[in-house]
Amino acid sequence: MDKHIKAPLTDEDAKSLKAGDYVYITGTIYTARDAAHLRMYEALDRDEPLPIEMAHNIIYYMGPSPAREGRPIGSAGPTTASRMDKYAPRLLDLGLKGMIGKGKRSEAVKEAIVRNEAVYFAAVGGAGALLSKSITASEVVAYDDLGTEAIRRIEVENFPVIVVIDAAGNNLYETAIEKYKQE
Amino acid sequence: MKTVNVSQITQNIKEMCIEANHYLAPDMDSALKNAADTEKSPLGKQILNQLQDNLQIAGSDMIPICQDTGMAVIFMEIGQDVHFEGGSLEDAINEGVRQGYVEGFLRKSVVKDPLIRENTRDNTPAIIHYEMTTGDNVTITVAPKGFGSENMSRVFMLKPADGIEGVKNAILTAVKDAGPNACPPMVVGVGIGGTFEKCALMAKKALTRPVNQHSDIPYVKEMEEELLDKINRTGIGPGGLGGTTTALAVNINTYPTHIAGLPVAVNICCHVNRHAVRTI
Repeated sequence: MDKHIKAPLTDEDAKSLKAGDYVYITGTIYTARDAAHLRMYEALDRDEPLPIEMAHNIIYYMGPSPAREGRPIGSAGPTTASRMDKYAPRLLDLGLKGMIGKGKRSEAVKEAIVRNEAVYFAAVGGAGALLSKSITASEVVAYDDLGTEAIRRIEVENFPVIVVIDAAGNNLYETAIEKYKQE
Repeated sequence: MKTVNVSQITQNIKEMCIEANHYLAPDMDSALKNAADTEKSPLGKQILNQLQDNLQIAGSDMIPICQDTGMAVIFMEIGQDVHFEGGSLEDAINEGVRQGYVEGFLRKSVVKDPLIRENTRDNTPAIIHYEMTTGDNVTITVAPKGFGSENMSRVFMLKPADGIEGVKNAILTAVKDAGPNACPPMVVGVGIGGTFEKCALMAKKALTRPVNQHSDIPYVKEMEEELLDKINRTGIGPGGLGGTTTALAVNINTYPTHIAGLPVAVNICCHVNRHAVRTI
């Protein structure tokens, strides 16, 4: 089912999304990948504040290519989410409502999604040029020294994603494959 | 004897890094088009159509096809009658990568040390494989490799008793484990035989063979066809979201091996299987 939602994500919207929904996101989201997650994790270990608010926000696992002049961002598709599995449950427990990436998640992440009524979306991997067209603004807000791995606040308009793991714990990767398996 | 100035190598590699990251080779392009026509899952078809749009935008607006513009893997086939002048060949290759990635707005994805992990900021060094051939040509293949799929690649040191069924199972295992992580539809490069490192290199090289071209060895060609069919019956589909197009090709290379061994390497590539080839 096609749905349009706003980011940051309300509790009601997060709960209403079902695995398999095709969703267009409009609003403000943040980017972070491996190195930024490690830094946030270390900050939490030291009881320091995080550079971005977790509550109700969506993190997009993405490190863009450089923007050409006059453009907000370069190529901007999702990276493999499982590399963030170590860090994600802690951020979900702090109120993170959504994650956008590609690929499988661990059982611990799935449990944290259910516990916090959050959602895991997939964007189409390898479609970075197309996805960049749904990003209207981008600004580095933390860890500038990490280059492509810095945390960015980005504005998105009808950014296309698919719900993979919903708040009830349904997992599209598991169900969709069964449908087309011919072994 | 032919003399080649290394500045020519730099210039070509720079252009090829940019070209490979914005345009797919014709074989990949038509394989993806065919896949969009034949995919059975509606969502899978929608994803494959998005990939068509993505390729169109990448070429017309000069936005890299994928933000992971890869680590620059470069195969240098050098004729033994070639003489290089103008400096170090290796430096010239890396300079081409540096210029291509910096001037071409490509992502810098290389860290200086695998554990200290500080970005080199110009995507160097490249991974360079040299091969000596006869004649006086230099053939350069630039194959930027993304790591979503690289991370799902495997080496299996099988035993001779595992036989052909063991090899097929190893390949299917690697593909199934990769699933959605490797951005299917994927291309599966396989090396069978040789040694530990030789089979990995053959698997990488197999990815640069056009996807519409089978092995010359009849039983290997049969294996490529059978495995492609089996992979496309796993149900993984485009984006791993279910469907009948999980791989576009299985390319297998083989080499003699030791009486005690049966090494198998599976190098998985996403649908952005990039390779640019030029001969000087």
